[in-house]
Amino acid sequence: MKVFLLHRDRDFWIKPELQSDPVFRAMVDKSANPFAIENVKRNLEREREKHPDWVDSSPSSDDTLTQDLELTTVWRWMAAGDDFLYETAKRGLLSSLTDPSEILYRQQVLADCLAHAEIVGEIYGLALEGLQAEREAGSLWSGARPDMILHRSVQKLTLHVGVLRRLRQLAEKQGDVFQSEGFRRFVAMLREELDDEYLAEVEQHLGELEFKQGVLETAQFGKGLKGRHYVVRRQRELGWRERFTGRRRSSGYSFDLHPRDEAGFRALEDVRAHGINGVANAVAQSADHVQSFFTMLKLELAFYLGCLNLHEHLAAKGEPVCFPEPRTSGDLELTAAGLYDVSLTLHLEERTVGNDVHAEDKDLIVITGANQGGKSTLLRGLGLAQLMMQAGMFVGAESFTANVCTGLFTHYKREEDVTMESGKLDEELRRMSAIAAELVPHALLLCNESFASTNEREGSEIARQIVRALLDKRIKVAYVTHMYDLAHGFYEQKQVTTLFLRAERQDDGTRTFRLHEAPPLPTSYGEDSYRRIFADRLPDEAIAESR
Amino acid sequence: MATPDTQGLSAAYSQDGAAAETSSVQTAASEAPFYSILFESGTPNLDTVPEPGYFGDLNLDQVLEALAAGRDHYSLEPFFYLVLHDAEAVGYRHEVFRDLEREEVREPVERFAQAMTRMREHLAQVDKLRHRLQKQAWLLDAIEIYCRAVESLASELAELDLRARALDRWRRYLRAYAASERFAALVSEARELQNALGSLEYAVHIHGGHVSVERPQGEPDYGVEVEATFAKFQQGGVRSYLVRLNDYPEMDHIAGRILDLVAKLHRDVFGRLANYCDRSRGYLDEVVGRFDREAQFYLSYLELVDRFRAKGLQFTYPEVSDGSKAIDVAETFDLALADKLVPAGQKVVSNDLRLEPPERVFVVTGPNNGGKTTFARTFGQLHHLASLGVPVPGTRARLFLPDQIFTHFEREEDIETLRGKFEDELVRVHEILDQATPNSVIVMNESFNSTTLDDARTVGGGVLQQILDLGAPAVYVTFVDELASLSEATVSMVSQIVPDNPAERTFKVLRMPANGLAYAWAIAEKYGLTYDRLMETIPS
Repeated sequence: MKVFLLHRDRDFWIKPELQSDPVFRAMVDKSANPFAIENVKRNLEREREKHPDWVDSSPSSDDTLTQDLELTTVWRWMAAGDDFLYETAKRGLLSSLTDPSEILYRQQVLADCLAHAEIVGEIYGLALEGLQAEREAGSLWSGARPDMILHRSVQKLTLHVGVLRRLRQLAEKQGDVFQSEGFRRFVAMLREELDDEYLAEVEQHLGELEFKQGVLETAQFGKGLKGRHYVVRRQRELGWRERFTGRRRSSGYSFDLHPRDEAGFRALEDVRAHGINGVANAVAQSADHVQSFFTMLKLELAFYLGCLNLHEHLAAKGEPVCFPEPRTSGDLELTAAGLYDVSLTLHLEERTVGNDVHAEDKDLIVITGANQGGKSTLLRGLGLAQLMMQAGMFVGAESFTANVCTGLFTHYKREEDVTMESGKLDEELRRMSAIAAELVPHALLLCNESFASTNEREGSEIARQIVRALLDKRIKVAYVTHMYDLAHGFYEQKQVTTLFLRAERQDDGTRTFRLHEAPPLPTSYGEDSYRRIFADRLPDEAIAESR
Repeated sequence: MATPDTQGLSAAYSQDGAAAETSSVQTAASEAPFYSILFESGTPNLDTVPEPGYFGDLNLDQVLEALAAGRDHYSLEPFFYLVLHDAEAVGYRHEVFRDLEREEVREPVERFAQAMTRMREHLAQVDKLRHRLQKQAWLLDAIEIYCRAVESLASELAELDLRARALDRWRRYLRAYAASERFAALVSEARELQNALGSLEYAVHIHGGHVSVERPQGEPDYGVEVEATFAKFQQGGVRSYLVRLNDYPEMDHIAGRILDLVAKLHRDVFGRLANYCDRSRGYLDEVVGRFDREAQFYLSYLELVDRFRAKGLQFTYPEVSDGSKAIDVAETFDLALADKLVPAGQKVVSNDLRLEPPERVFVVTGPNNGGKTTFARTFGQLHHLASLGVPVPGTRARLFLPDQIFTHFEREEDIETLRGKFEDELVRVHEILDQATPNSVIVMNESFNSTTLDDARTVGGGVLQQILDLGAPAVYVTFVDELASLSEATVSMVSQIVPDNPAERTFKVLRMPANGLAYAWAIAEKYGLTYDRLMETIPS
């Protein structure tokens, strides 16, 4: 029994780094404590306060990506206040798919979720209810004996079976509305695997596991004639006379404990425990497996519920969304209409400005032009769309087609304070070398004013060498820069695989936030900003001169 | 059970085709009945051998502690107390060491020792257990382990080219023993019984306080059925809920009653077990048992040697003489000190010792903590070790087998009893000189250091002269330079320092004229107090 709503043939794949942290452990903890995530986060926060000298010396590429693309904004809107949804959204978005057919599989399931949100919500509710079994059965003391383990597991499974039956009934009643391969498989599985006959079989076992007619076990001799290889055996049906007298006939020898022989009963319990141990383990593991099924069901649906929350908000604002068309990584494709920055729009009251990008067969996009002209926004929009596409989500655009990338990396100019310990250029180069250590062909690198911390000639030369190498390694690069030397250098090369975009400026100096295809210009518009901001301090002549 | 009859043994020897091809020494030796791998013939009562008086002074007690660690039950101490006085007896042991240094010889012997240890652990368990049947089962296992150990060692040794007389004789003995009818019966019955017990399966039905013990009727495994039913929920790894139940060797009374009933169901097997155990109580052969203990003398020492060799330190088989007093050892070191330095990752410094007639006495001088005492100990240790017949630290060694070894180490200083102490020391030195012969070895370490220079010169000089007159090889450690050139029989040795940094010792003790000035000059240089430096730095 597998949920398989996020992948056709496997459980929710989450990249290992995002599975090993205490937060994730709390998310999938069997106890399904609703405050588990909150508690873990609070503890982490306390630890950090206790050790103010702890500095994240080398942030991971995920941390960098999160910062540069402002991913937390997206997750917050997906979560709508639910910690579990937040953490699931984060893991889903950062664990990119690279196979277009996997992406389409998710898009279809998501489409079903958008169309039948209430049913999906109902299934999610049943998953939560199933997870309650662990808490209701009480916690297991670490020194618990096999009979205690067995008893508790039978209790848990009894609760589980009730929820499973209702899940199957829901599948029977409403399951036909789903169109996606994922949901159709899920519904069919529930109907087939959890039919009444099977559930009755389970319930019969749960009854028998109380061993009302005693336990029959076999053993062999181990070291020093101590028993080993204990096995609990299914007992033969008792005859009517045996049932009548309550005494089972035996061909061997027997003895009875004195009812007050407490030590004897304890010792006998030990013999019994040896036999039951294996069965108790099997039943307890089965209960864990059912619990894991509910955990996975919750986890996978939580990702879609997050998507529903985000969708609802964007739709309410009138921002267009679409399911993108993913292409294979070798295709070198990037075409978008009305592409906008989802995280930016989540911050704003009004709608944002969309851009069209035609970068089919392009491996290098050089973005130049006026400051605050929408360069960074476009770059972030591109990154977000790419990431959301590869999570199987809709994207913030009217249409979007792109090849999947094998990894998404960002190299942004950092503010001063991060670079205390060493020179800015050192810091930039160190970050770049960390990225380079992770790059593989068909990755995508977004550079925002990289290597602007040194003089233009030096910065350009460094950047040129890096970019040239990456392109030869078939890595796609989108580079926002005001270094004319660098941008012009690329232009001179007249490579048909390079796209030049430029932030527009109206003649009156106002920005449209719209970019268009155009070669880099030798001057930037920094003076505009300068003039605007320093207007009160600059003499009129200076302003006139700068014209 | 005693040694198998010699009739059977000699019969086994005469059938041994391999023996005819071996050297004449071995053939001749093979006629001697095997007794011990430590002593060629007979042995003193080892368990009354006391610890030699010099053991503590030479830190040999520390070496022994390292050797005996983890081998308590062998009581190895007497083996390392009792010294040999003739070169032939030393050679008998050197041969064994040389053979055991070969992996192919040592490994089977080590495995044998491990098996015998396991066997003893089993016997200890037999004593501890209370249930009759459990006692029998553990004894059965002990015998089986013993039999397997004997068989393995006998067959493995048979393949080997053994050069040591002791090992060759042992091999012959063992082969005859393993081929004896009595041993064969011991083995085959043990195995039959183990197989019979191992294949038994019994069923227990527990219902409240009612317990039935039965023969199983092929009832299906219920756990498998449960697992099959829930198999479809398998979600990957989950934790194990198997409880670790007690696995002490002992049984409680309920398990014991169940066992009794199983035995009742299978009277035949358990009857045979009881009978076998009764008959086999004295199964352990005395000679086999002695070999097991004596082998530890070699194995423990080789283990120590290996540990040092792994760090680049060398051992050698000394050429020993009970006549010549010429001593020549290259790159040797203090075994006890090395055992402390090596685990701490520190460097072990080695020294050369050479006494050629008419030289008899090393007089060691030089800076404190420079290795003088270590040098004296090394000299003493070498003679004890050589007399044990073990390889000694060094790359090459010629040593004298002394009749006795005497040491006099300065006791801890105590101002209160200073005068009394000096007299005590003199009394002790006097006793030593009374007992020593020209064939004894004497180690005197800073004997009169806590006295005045004058006393040390006159008394020390007097004692040294007596040792020289006696003609016994000796080490005399002192701070009195003059003693180093007392006669042509003295060899002056000086502990060395690093010239640039006098605080650092090399622990090298070299043959050179005593010269206290070298150290004084170096330390003065370091503090800028030499003549030249003072002339430069003090304004004119």
